[in-house]
Amino acid sequence: MKKIILLFALAVVAFGCKKDDDGGDPTPQNVSVDFKFSQNWGGAPVTQADFNSSIYTNAAGNFVTISKLRYLISRISLHKADGSSVDFTEYQLVDLTDPTTLNLSPALTATTGDYTGISFVYGFNEADNISGAYPDLNAANWNWPSMLGGGYHFMQMEGSFDDTNGAPQPYAYHNGTARVSPDVFEQNFISFDFNQNFTITGDATIEIKMDISEWYKNPLTWDLNDRSVDLMMNYLAQKDMQRNGASVFSIGAIVQ
Amino acid sequence: MKERSKKTYRLLVGIFALSLLVACSSNDPDPVDPNEDYVPTPKPLTVPPIFQRLLPPPLVPGDNPQTVEGIALGRKLFFDPILSGDGTQACASCHKPSNSFTDDTKFSIGIDGLEGTRNSMPIYNMAWNGNSKFFWDGRATSLEAQALEPVTNPIEMHNTWQNAVSSLQSDGEYPELFNKAFGTGNITKELTAKAIAQFERTLISANSPFDKYLLGEGTLTPQELNGFQIFMDEARGDCFHCHGNENSPLWTDNIFHNNGLDAVITDKGLGNVTGDPSQDGWFKSPSLRNLAYTAPYMHDGRFATLEEVINHYSEGLVYSETIDPLMKAVSRGGVHLTEPDKADLKAFLLSLSDSSFINNPDFQDPN
Ligand code: HEC
Ligand code: HEC
Repeated sequence: MKKIILLFALAVVAFGCKKDDDGGDPTPQNVSVDFKFSQNWGGAPVTQADFNSSIYTNAAGNFVTISKLRYLISRISLHKADGSSVDFTEYQLVDLTDPTTLNLSPALTATTGDYTGISFVYGFNEADNISGAYPDLNAANWNWPSMLGGGYHFMQMEGSFDDTNGAPQPYAYHNGTARVSPDVFEQNFISFDFNQNFTITGDATIEIKMDISEWYKNPLTWDLNDRSVDLMMNYLAQKDMQRNGASVFSIGAIVQ
Repeated sequence: MKERSKKTYRLLVGIFALSLLVACSSNDPDPVDPNEDYVPTPKPLTVPPIFQRLLPPPLVPGDNPQTVEGIALGRKLFFDPILSGDGTQACASCHKPSNSFTDDTKFSIGIDGLEGTRNSMPIYNMAWNGNSKFFWDGRATSLEAQALEPVTNPIEMHNTWQNAVSSLQSDGEYPELFNKAFGTGNITKELTAKAIAQFERTLISANSPFDKYLLGEGTLTPQELNGFQIFMDEARGDCFHCHGNENSPLWTDNIFHNNGLDAVITDKGLGNVTGDPSQDGWFKSPSLRNLAYTAPYMHDGRFATLEEVINHYSEGLVYSETIDPLMKAVSRGGVHLTEPDKADLKAFLLSLSDSSFINNPDFQDPN
């Protein structure tokens, strides 16, 4: 019986919509919006298959390979023309060695209509960056040491580069809360707010791109010969990562 | 209308149930027939408070739920040499409770006196291995699949499953125990592995002095606390990137790395399983719990003491192409910890050992 009512209701909804489509101003419909996290080096796609094999040249001229890339994105919101927003509650630990983490299908749906922007946080903001609060991130060993302010890593990028003698040296470009001095910490996440007009007409997938080369480039040319390891407790290194991070992300294709 | 259909439905269910009853009672005398209705007693894992607070729930496969009867059977099997080719070796021969379910030799000896090439591994907190990759090289993708391997391994229990199953089947007790655990006395290797895996999942260790300290139920010495700071310090120990931290209390990342043991890699580890040469010499990070009982250390048991392990990370690292970038100071052999730092680090590591685990009466030989 309930099913029949539901079916009937669905039919009414379906018919209702058709009528509206014929007219000019469609009633907003619920649609799912997924996010796809892609990575590139100056435009050339980077995947797990490139790990330990593809050699990239950074802005400082270092020859770099990548063996690990994990980063955290949180608080993704879509901003609508009417001033309201769709605030997704998930965070995503992107790990290039686990392809399932390259896509996020949030629980919340969005509605069709006109949008003016997309925002998200790289890492966790202060309110979210609570030590030990997220079991899945704990199990992933994603924690940031409490002596450095606690909470979680924002990024772990690792690999090897050739030093000035051409010898391979490791690097561990890890980013998180910055420690000013013992027990004094500074927030280090980045809020991205992309103003961009787009219309959602149906289920959509929005690409969030990371250009890895930007971590080494803009505004500061990052030479791995100067700074490659032990960067977590290095205040200046942490803040320089945050500055360079501002140009790392962009919105890619919106497919629907 | 509604009422009537409900009645019809009830009647149908009744008839169905009755027919099942009839079918079952006629089957009862024959213990080897599957008894589809039989439900063993559920016994979900007891999650320790520190895991409850910080970790995702344990992973138990849907087709092998934990039950009182399954766990009891698995425990009996684990300690019973009946599974080996000549009836002399049990799982527990190389996985002893007193050694946190590993053994104290570099390489374990199989029934034919042959020595393996890998150090036995401790068994605990298996239901929190989120990647579900077992063995040093990750070649088994479930605990059930893992349990099938040692029985037929020629340098371990060197049996055939056909033979092991027929020994169990003709035993005085096992058919009834399988019947109680799985509703069938028809023993298979799959059911045997399931029972063993159920027992192994109950082997949970989370009651070390460090756990009690985190729970506010105990204190640590200044030396242990300083050792923890060294463990967490990127410029000194930097152990936490692979071996957990106070909010990641498994004390392993459950993934694979080359931690700089050899310049020339002879045992390819994960690389041998994936066929990817960039993973040659990668082994699963072991948990650092219960190190007091698990010597010798590393996949080949090369280090007899924790001092040797710490010296390795401090000044013994050697370069090979697949070394983990986190072995940062490899060009100098390591970070060169001071002697007091080494001693403190060792004291901290030992604070992760849980004597209540190795002495737990539920985990001892029931036979
Ligand atoms: C002859 C000694 C020996 C016997 C007998 C033996 N094992 Fe093992 N076990 C080992 C060794 C050695 C390893 C590591 C082998 C490797 O990684 O290649 C191991 C690994 C394991 C692991 C993997 C743990 C992890 O964290 O990945 C489990 C589980 C295990 N054994 C269970 C069993 C069970 C169940 C039995 C009985 C059916 C058994 N073993 C019999 C020596 C033995
Ligand atoms: C890059 C990841 C990584 C880091 C960092 C790391 N380890 Fe390990 N550790 C491993 C791996 C992988 C193994 C197993 C290697 C093997 O057997 O081939 C291991 C093995 C061990 C073992 C042997 C345990 C056993 O049961 O055999 C101990 C003890 C240990 N590590 C302690 C430490 C300490 C202390 C530090 C910091 C000084 C540290 N590790 C840093 C990955 C790491």
